Amino acid sequence: METIRFILRKFFEDKVALVGLVIITALVLVAIFAGVLATHPGDVSTFHPADRLQGPSLAHFFGTDRMGSDIFSRILFGARITITIAVISVGLSVLIGVPIGLLAGYYNGWFSDLLMRVSDIFLAVPQIVLAIAIAQTLGPAIENVILALSLTYWPFWTRLVYAETRACKNETFVEASVALGASPFRVIVLHILPNISSGIIVRTTLGMGSTILTAAVLGFLGLGPPAPSPEWGRTIAESRQYLPNAWWYATFPGLAIFMVVMGFNLLGDGLRDILDPRIRRSKSNDR
Amino acid sequence: MTLEPPISRVATDRPETAKPILDVLSLRKYFPIRNAWGRRKGWLKAVDDVSFRVAKGEILGVVGESGCGKSTLGKTIMGIHQPSDGDTIFEGRSTANYDPGQARKLRRHLQYAYQDPGASLDPRWKIRRSLHEPMIIHQPELDRDQRAERVSEMMRAVNLPETHLDLYPHEISGGQQRRVGLARVLTLNPSLIILDEPTSGLDLSVQATILTLFMDLKRKFDLTYLFISHDLSIVRMICDRVAVMYLGKVVEIGDTEIIFSNPKHPYTRSLLSAVPTVGGRRVTDDFQLEGEPPNPGNMPSGCRFRTRCTMAQADCAKAEPPLRADWPGQSAACFLAE
Repeated sequence: METIRFILRKFFEDKVALVGLVIITALVLVAIFAGVLATHPGDVSTFHPADRLQGPSLAHFFGTDRMGSDIFSRILFGARITITIAVISVGLSVLIGVPIGLLAGYYNGWFSDLLMRVSDIFLAVPQIVLAIAIAQTLGPAIENVILALSLTYWPFWTRLVYAETRACKNETFVEASVALGASPFRVIVLHILPNISSGIIVRTTLGMGSTILTAAVLGFLGLGPPAPSPEWGRTIAESRQYLPNAWWYATFPGLAIFMVVMGFNLLGDGLRDILDPRIRRSKSNDR
Repeated sequence: MTLEPPISRVATDRPETAKPILDVLSLRKYFPIRNAWGRRKGWLKAVDDVSFRVAKGEILGVVGESGCGKSTLGKTIMGIHQPSDGDTIFEGRSTANYDPGQARKLRRHLQYAYQDPGASLDPRWKIRRSLHEPMIIHQPELDRDQRAERVSEMMRAVNLPETHLDLYPHEISGGQQRRVGLARVLTLNPSLIILDEPTSGLDLSVQATILTLFMDLKRKFDLTYLFISHDLSIVRMICDRVAVMYLGKVVEIGDTEIIFSNPKHPYTRSLLSAVPTVGGRRVTDDFQLEGEPPNPGNMPSGCRFRTRCTMAQADCAKAEPPLRADWPGQSAACFLAE
């Protein structure tokens, strides 16, 4: 409880992080309540040819698209897709990457080396290229995007956790617990993991932003969820043939992606400052 | 849970003849020295063929310069480091043939108090949780209340208020951290505690209260101490016997009073001459230590002290002097000692 209050207080001191927090909270709320907030909730799957490509107005805040659907409503529903893709693929990456990093970092020997070399191999594959290959092979679908992103993303956590575990393992309190007779499981899960968690939280937050960006790229390339999905990247791709006249068609989904990625980055940077006591100290010295 | 009744203390007037609680037999701990390619190019002999015996109820001091292997010796006995060779027999049980995990379970009653107790407590855990941990590991049969009772008892034993249980390690002072470190190992009801530099980094008044606490706890819980220190005046004050280490080897061991009044090994003599004393002559005036100890990865032949020894002769380079128990209550590893 005190920790949560402490973190909240820090957020109010750090305005930039607060902006990030507000953006991400808004994104989550929008995704949850898209059905309520949307002005034209039916427009995700239905179309109105008579209203095609109309500019922003009171009836359609962000204008309409080539099918005559309300872009504002579609962006709100697109937030659901974005959040789903980001949370599940980053979540899977954390679930795969963190335990591997902990094991490889805690133990020495050929098995640790093997785990790290495997993650190196995955790191060496360009993320977008592997994701394209997977999505191309398995077909455009939201599950395949998630699979592609998780498969390419977990080694980032493995690297981070490996390095931090190595450092933490040499701390006296870890040695002291081992000397007391604590099992490796106990030492890893109860001592090492909580002490390196701030790095993981920061990496995860920043990772959300880049995952959303990659997901949008896949959507733009037609490898995301198929039409008529309101996925943001796909919407921008559709808009290309109507530019520059229908400027609102690409602008608002683009702004949505921009805001969300920036929100996660600001939040991640803010969390880094809040959770890392060394940076916290250096910051207060600057003042 | 109540404390186990104190085991009747064996007479320790002559510690060598008293019942041993710990037997260290030719213990060695070598660390590989690797070159830039990870190939081993030699061994750092941090503990090299060390044997001694600790009697129940005594305080054995281990002294020596920084880097002579005192802490490594303690950690190897404790099982934090796997010994390269040799054995330690604790309460009649050998620990050589167990893997480190099993050996540690066997040695619940052998505990190690860290040199820096602040660093030995998890910074993210409150003191309460750190004190519960040893019992959760070793006595899963105790429930939360039984553990809490024992924790309170230990907090009282080390003179800390129970309100400190809800603080984090960085919120208490160095002396208090040391008390917490002690309370933590005491929860397991140990019979022997290895105290690694227990007074370093404390100012004199705190040192005094901590030392008093050690003596109180020793009496109360029937403890035996292996007291690792480089502070000779404290060692003289509280230790029954003392072992002098030089570059991984015990060069002299014996009753504290005998060693301090009549040191046989030239290294011990130099060490003692470095002790500032108030209101008295120095034990020896004519010996000074010169230079740095040689690189432990590249030891001189024969006696390892000969490069700094003022008495060194040609024979000293030929063979290593054994630890000779030629004096009552005192052994020294020097060919020339009489």
